[in-house]
Amino acid sequence: MRSIILQILAVTTINLKSLPQRLWLSLATVIAVGLVVTVLLAFLSMANGFRRTIADSGAEDIAVVLRSGAVSEINSVVLRDQVRLIEDGPGIAKAADGKPQTSGELYLTVNGIKRSTMTKASLPLRGLGPQGPALRRGVVMTAGRMFNPGSNEIIVGRALGKEFEGFELDQTVTFNNTRWTVVGIFAADGSVFESEIWADLPVLQSLFKRAGAVQTVRARLSSPAAIETLRAYSDNDPRLKLDVMSEAAYFAQQASNTSDLIQKLGWPLAIAMAFGSLAGALNTMYSSVAARATEIATLRAIGFGGFSAFVGTLVESLILAAIGGVIGAAATFLIFDGFTASTMGGSFSQVVFNFQLSPRLIGQGLLLALAVGLFGGLFPALRAARMPIVAGLYG
Amino acid sequence: MLSPTDPMIDIVDLCKRFTKGKETITIFDGLNLAIPRGDFVAVMGPSGSGKTTLLNLLGGIDRSDTGGIEVAGERLDRLSESELSRWRASHIGFIFQFYNLMPMLTAAQNVELPLLLTRLGRKERRERVETALGVVGLADRVKHYPKEMSGGQQQRVAIARAIVSDPALLLCDEPTGDLDRTTADEVLSILQVLNRDLGKTIVMVTHDPAAAQYAKRSLHLDKGHFIEKELAA
Repeated sequence: MRSIILQILAVTTINLKSLPQRLWLSLATVIAVGLVVTVLLAFLSMANGFRRTIADSGAEDIAVVLRSGAVSEINSVVLRDQVRLIEDGPGIAKAADGKPQTSGELYLTVNGIKRSTMTKASLPLRGLGPQGPALRRGVVMTAGRMFNPGSNEIIVGRALGKEFEGFELDQTVTFNNTRWTVVGIFAADGSVFESEIWADLPVLQSLFKRAGAVQTVRARLSSPAAIETLRAYSDNDPRLKLDVMSEAAYFAQQASNTSDLIQKLGWPLAIAMAFGSLAGALNTMYSSVAARATEIATLRAIGFGGFSAFVGTLVESLILAAIGGVIGAAATFLIFDGFTASTMGGSFSQVVFNFQLSPRLIGQGLLLALAVGLFGGLFPALRAARMPIVAGLYG
Repeated sequence: MLSPTDPMIDIVDLCKRFTKGKETITIFDGLNLAIPRGDFVAVMGPSGSGKTTLLNLLGGIDRSDTGGIEVAGERLDRLSESELSRWRASHIGFIFQFYNLMPMLTAAQNVELPLLLTRLGRKERRERVETALGVVGLADRVKHYPKEMSGGQQQRVAIARAIVSDPALLLCDEPTGDLDRTTADEVLSILQVLNRDLGKTIVMVTHDPAAAQYAKRSLHLDKGHFIEKELAA
């Protein structure tokens, strides 16, 4: 066993020390693998950033109530009577004045201009009651003030303001033929709410002709477990044909569709590219074996086994691929990590998010790189192991 | 187990053919040869006569079609590839015309290669490497790379590599074919010392009659058969 390890070490050392003789070919393989990993990790970090931005927005002790079967806020309707019944439901926390902590909300979309492309995109405009901001984690005004009830004033999420034009403080924008003034900028712990515009609910209901109904009801629960009580209450009352779920569950569901789509685009593209780099790796390693034919044959003549030639060649391929993988991961980190983008969220409006690379994603990228190295080195390694010694020595 | 009276090499009725396209070339057809232990044999003959093929068969890096090859007490035709590898490691030292050193390794690292196949520890390996390089007069070139040495010095490193694991048989394929006369004589003198003083059995393929003079006897291979000449030692 010790001898085999020493043989493998010797062959691997010889292979690696002779790499400069095949510098450009080896470099081409490293770069090809690096590109594959960069493309894969760019997609995965995009999906991850999107998922975390949305999923992290949800709290376990906030209930979201939608029309039964509605997949998102945009296609939900909750009637005024249903709102009252929910407010009277069990498991809902009460404020100091004894009122239930709930917020009926409208969720509309309006047009905005994306700074990066100067193209139109749909932005979420949320109408919410006085308790609405308190039902979101970490909402603070970073500039200006809260809108006044009954006025055409809006406050704008920090991320949305950075990504879209015209939402600076004190600016006026027009939605639905009505002029609105930006009176405040708010942050919300980097959550999806920072991609929204907020206005007073009654004003929106009036101007957008939605009186008598909201689209969602948010309610603070007395405890996370109270969601079951509230759901049972809703399910057992025939007047409430509503879906009740925790905000965390709602956002997880919203995030999964888009992040799954991004991942489903990213993996096939990366795998298709991986086949290209696999061809490059095979070419490099076959060339390596051909260039080292005399060395391999000499070692075999001395008494080295075919197994050490096999492993030595495979290790060389894996090392080249691993270097490519590390370069690809580093490039993704430098270029994309923290890169801000926006895309369509679950409610047909833009969600601003950051690309987020994680150790798990880097691990996936490196595994793909090593897979390229493994399959790119396998057949050349077999050739090295099975090469007739005489052919290697005398050509 | 090889007894002192057994020949180092015993070839009986050896047949070896090569196929090239549709053509079959017969190299040996019923070759017989016995070489005693401690012999120094020069194998000569025209190109294509089978000299190198014979050396490859003796070293277990090529296979006969039929017939028996017994070297150092082992029937090579009965060994598997992995058994042949282990057998070569402990019984054979190869010396090639173009030295076949690893250019990225130092002289000492090149010489150490066969010892990696043994159970020797690092310290013992280093001592053996120093001894082997001392035998060929290169004790001061331990850390030199092949490109930093002359052809003669490189061949001496190759000889050190061939003897470092103390094999009984040295197989030399045109060991002076790439060297000038003076350097060739130095290398051949080393081989002579290894044979005379250390008892190594040597089979040397050469085109050079002057090189053959260093051997105890010379075998001329022609059309797959030997013609023997005794030489003054």
